[in-house]
Amino acid sequence: MSVWEYANPVRFLALSAKVQPYAWGLAALGIATGLIWGFFGTPDDFRQGSTVKIIYLHVPAAWIAINAWIMMLLASLVWLVRRHHVSALAAKAAAPVGLVMTVIGLLTGAIWGQPMWGTWWAWDPRLTSFLILFLFYLGYIALWAAIEDPDTAADLTSILCLVGSVFALMSRYAVFFWSQGLHQGASLSLDKEENISNVFWLPLVISIAGFTLLFLALVLYRTGTEISLRRARALSTRMDRRA
Amino acid sequence: MIALLVRDLRLALRAGGGFGLGLAFFLILTVLVPFSVGPQSALLASIAPGVLWLGALLACLLSLDRLLALDFEDGTLDVLVTAPLPLEAALAIKGLAHWITTGLPLVVAAPALGVLLSLPPEGYLWLVVSLALGTPALSMIGTFGAALTVGIKRGGLLLSLLVLPLYVPTLIFGAEAARRGAQGMAVETPLLLLAGISLGTIALLPFAAAAALRMTIR
Repeated sequence: MSVWEYANPVRFLALSAKVQPYAWGLAALGIATGLIWGFFGTPDDFRQGSTVKIIYLHVPAAWIAINAWIMMLLASLVWLVRRHHVSALAAKAAAPVGLVMTVIGLLTGAIWGQPMWGTWWAWDPRLTSFLILFLFYLGYIALWAAIEDPDTAADLTSILCLVGSVFALMSRYAVFFWSQGLHQGASLSLDKEENISNVFWLPLVISIAGFTLLFLALVLYRTGTEISLRRARALSTRMDRRA
Repeated sequence: MIALLVRDLRLALRAGGGFGLGLAFFLILTVLVPFSVGPQSALLASIAPGVLWLGALLACLLSLDRLLALDFEDGTLDVLVTAPLPLEAALAIKGLAHWITTGLPLVVAAPALGVLLSLPPEGYLWLVVSLALGTPALSMIGTFGAALTVGIKRGGLLLSLLVLPLYVPTLIFGAEAARRGAQGMAVETPLLLLAGISLGTIALLPFAAAAALRMTIR
C-alpha cells in the first residue's frame, strides 16, 4: 500500500469522496469559529483599533496563496517524474483557487492599508512580490487554457511552474533589495518573539486551519471535475473517430 | 553551431528590419516619454535610467514571437529537434542570435537616447554596462517563453503575459544599477546580481526551453 495507488483516478476519486465531507465540514467549522471568535471575541488592538481584525481573513488568504503555488510545484514535479494524470490535474485545479486567494490577500490588504497607512497601495516588497505572484498565476492559467492537447498542456505548464518558482523566489529578494518595507513582519512564525500576542493567536491559527481545509476540499472537488472533463473529452474523441 | 548562428543572423538581416524594428521601437518610446511627462530636464534626468531600461525590455519583448515562430512554421525546428546538435545548444545559439540582433543594438543606441532624456553624464557608462550585462538574460528568458508558446496559435500576447513576471528581477537590478550610476552611488551590488541572473539564465534556461520544445514537437 503506497501513496502512489491514489494516482489511479478511480482510487483517487473514492478516497476524495471519503475525505471531502470531513474537509468541507471542518473547513466551515474552522473558518466560522476563527472569524466569529476573531471578529467578536478578541479585543481591539491598542493602536490599530478594530481594523486589526482583518488579519483573520488576510493572513490565511496570503498563506494559501503562497502554499497553493508550492503545492502546484510539487504536483508538477510528480507529473514530470511519474506521469500521474491526477497530479497534473490537481495542479491545474489548484491554480484558480490560489489566484482568488491572492486577490483576497491583495484586496483585504488594500482595505486595511487605506486607514492604517493612508494609502491603498504602496510599492512595498511584500505587496509587490504578491502582485508578481498574481501575474504568475494569471500566466499559468492562461497557458493551460491556450493549449488544446491536455498532455502537452500539463507538460508545458509544469515547466512554467518550475521556472516560475525560481523566478518568483528571485523576484521576492529583488523587490526587497529594490524598496524599503512598509508591511510589518510576519504575524506568525516559529520564532516566538515575532508572534502576535496570545489573544489574537488562537483564532488566527483556527482560521488558517479552516482556510487550509477549504483549500484541500476545493482542490479535491475541482480535481474530480477535471477528471470527469478528461473522461468526457476522451469519450467524445472516441465517438468522433467512430463517426 | 556557428552555421546556425550565421544563418539566424543572416535571416534577421535579410527579413528586413531584424535589427531596425526593435531599435525603432526603442527610439519611439524614448521620444514619447517627454511628451507624456513634460519636458522639464530635471524630471527627465531622474527617470531616464528607468525609462531606458523599460524601453529596452519592451523592445526585446516585441521581437520575441518571431524568435521561433518562423522556424516552427517552415519546419526548421523539426530538423533541429532531430539534429545531432543538442537542442539545448541550438536554443542557446538562438538566444544569442536574438541578443545580437536586438539586445546589442539597444546597448549601443542607449547613450544617444540618454542624451534625449538629459541623462546626467555620470550615468552613461553604467547605463551601457547594466544593459550589456542584463539584456542577455532578457533574450534567454524570451527564448524560454517562445519555446513554451511556439505551438500555440496567436501565442504572442500569451508570450508577453508569461515572460513579463520572469523579467521582473532583471528589470529591478538593471534599472537600479543604472539609476545608482546616474546618481553617482555605488553600483557593484546590483551589477553583480544582474550578471548573476544573466549567467544563471544562460546556464539553465536552454534546458527548460529544450524540454518545452520537445514536448510541443513530438
